[in-house]
Amino acid sequence: MSGRRIFARPARFAAIAPYVWMVLFFLVPFGFVLKISLSQTAIAQPPYEPLFDPTAGWEALKAAFAALSIDNFKLLASDDLYVFAYVRSLTVAATATALLLLIGYPIAYGMARLPRRWQAVAMVLVIVPFWTSFLIRIYAWINILQHDGLLNQILLALHLVSRPVVWLSTDTAMYIGIVYSYLPFMILPLYATLAKMEPVLEEAASDLGAPPWQVFWLVTFPLSLPGVGAGVLLCFIPIVGEFVIPDLLAGSNSLMIGQTLWLEFFTNKDWPVASAAAIVLLVVLLVPLLLYERLQKRQLEQGR
Amino acid sequence: MTDDLPRTDAAADAVGADAYPAAGQPLLRIEGVAKTFGTFRAVDGVSLDIKAGEFFALLGPSGCGKTTLLRMLAGFEAPDEGRILLGGKDIAQALPHERPINMMFQNYALFPHLSVRDNIAFGLKRARLARADIATRVAEMVALVKLEGLEKRKPDQLSGGQRQRVALARALARRPQLLLLDEPLAALDKKLRENTQGELMELQRRLGMTFIIVTHDQEEAMTMASRIGVMKAGKLAQVASPRELYEAPRSRWIAEFVGDINLFEAESKLRDGHRLVIGTSGAGALVVAEPREPVGAGKLSVAIRPEKVKLSRRGPVSEAGHETAINRLDGVIADICYLGGTTTYKVKLDTGGMVQASVANSARLDVDAYSLNQHVVAWFTPDDCVVLTS
Repeated sequence: MSGRRIFARPARFAAIAPYVWMVLFFLVPFGFVLKISLSQTAIAQPPYEPLFDPTAGWEALKAAFAALSIDNFKLLASDDLYVFAYVRSLTVAATATALLLLIGYPIAYGMARLPRRWQAVAMVLVIVPFWTSFLIRIYAWINILQHDGLLNQILLALHLVSRPVVWLSTDTAMYIGIVYSYLPFMILPLYATLAKMEPVLEEAASDLGAPPWQVFWLVTFPLSLPGVGAGVLLCFIPIVGEFVIPDLLAGSNSLMIGQTLWLEFFTNKDWPVASAAAIVLLVVLLVPLLLYERLQKRQLEQGR
Repeated sequence: MTDDLPRTDAAADAVGADAYPAAGQPLLRIEGVAKTFGTFRAVDGVSLDIKAGEFFALLGPSGCGKTTLLRMLAGFEAPDEGRILLGGKDIAQALPHERPINMMFQNYALFPHLSVRDNIAFGLKRARLARADIATRVAEMVALVKLEGLEKRKPDQLSGGQRQRVALARALARRPQLLLLDEPLAALDKKLRENTQGELMELQRRLGMTFIIVTHDQEEAMTMASRIGVMKAGKLAQVASPRELYEAPRSRWIAEFVGDINLFEAESKLRDGHRLVIGTSGAGALVVAEPREPVGAGKLSVAIRPEKVKLSRRGPVSEAGHETAINRLDGVIADICYLGGTTTYKVKLDTGGMVQASVANSARLDVDAYSLNQHVVAWFTPDDCVVLTS
């Protein structure tokens, strides 16, 4: 019995540690952003008001509270610029995620069916690009895609095109960049579920009269759904808020919400509107985030 | 099991039933089939005929090629050499889903995302049966393996025995011409395994289906199969009925693999009318019956099963004129192993060898039991001995 008491305290701490983490690094910053989103812009340092000054006394604090408003959120809803940015972000994320799934699934499946020792090699090949800075890799793509870049040189040499194609500052370039950057996030969870799946299940399906495509659709794919879900959400959620890739590779005529945020924050110095935009983004992403949470929990329960 | 369940007619209903052979013809003919993995010859020229309605067992130690042979029948491996004829048609290169053969997998391979009902219906849906027919057939199968009430469960909500039944029902649902069973009972505990053996035999007899079972458990093969093929290093060592396999093993290896046996190395050989007198290193001269097939030139040994060795305190009462016909070995009890139904005694012979005798415990009180170091006579008739080549 005394042994149990010795271990009780660290165990209890381990149980609340995630909550401490959540409060310190998520809820508190979120509170700041929420507060800023409810205030007005001002030419000041920091550039918004009203400010809470704990030393100013109770009345001043009450006045500051009273000055908070939801005008910024109303602005977001009324201005097409923001609505379009949200819609575009979601469309780009959905399209890119679909492309990632289409490209990532065969790769993950191939990896899972390799002999054991080759699987480790394939895994390293998927991960190695991560050891280079993300920005450098995107700049490398600018090099490849530019007017006299590698891609156009190859296309010209193969006589597939008669003059250089414009790649940079197009959606195509942006999708190439996004798919390239997020591919490992799609492949790894897919590979994990596919490698865990017993190949004998596929044999059983074909033994029971299923031709290869039915084996895939009726057995392999349904059993890999946890991996598909994880991969899709792991890609979709960050792509919605993606800033660097669309900024460097896509054209400037239509912006994603990440870019809009940047503009409001640094160019317009409108912190309150930028904060409001960030809050809305978070709320939009809450749905897939909660889905991902549930999926992980169910997988954990099944794993027991 | 009751007999009022509908009797399925494999010949009339199986997928691709036109390939079914005429009476007396083998259903399955395996001709010189071989399979090599890298440099390892897993199956090395196996030829075998299997008649319709047979319960055939492929028996052998792990790595003997029995599973590879089964996988070639199912279509998961293509043979490098030879033909596999099902009802006269070569199916060696046909894909698994094109064969009227189904398999019950070793660890059942049930689809974890499908319910019991959908697992059983899987093969029927692939055969494009009408919805109503599928429902009828699934209900029939569920009743056959006594899984009523569990149709909506997922495999992970079933016990090991229930999972085994689902696997069996799923494999039987398409009424295959040939059912392959890969170690079907290996995952069950002993009592359940014995019950299931009986049920499988009953089912096979009632459905009139052809079963090929792969097992490493010789008792299981002996209990269930009407014919057993013993495999060793990719080859069929002997194909025989359980009784023949046990009483007339073709080689020393088979004799030792199937059941327990006493072996005495031969040193000399003398003919004595219809009998042979063989001088052995451990047990002196032994009189044995003339083997049916002429004894080859290889190294000989005399083999006798432990239950055919009798023990007595003074030796057998000889019938007049038959005294020489009985092998009589003197020794002392060196080890006693009580097994419930029988007791196995190890007798250290005065001639230096060791012989095992298995004695039925036919009385509850141990008045007849021998004690350690007691002097006994072990004896057996020439007809109970087998002459083996190595």
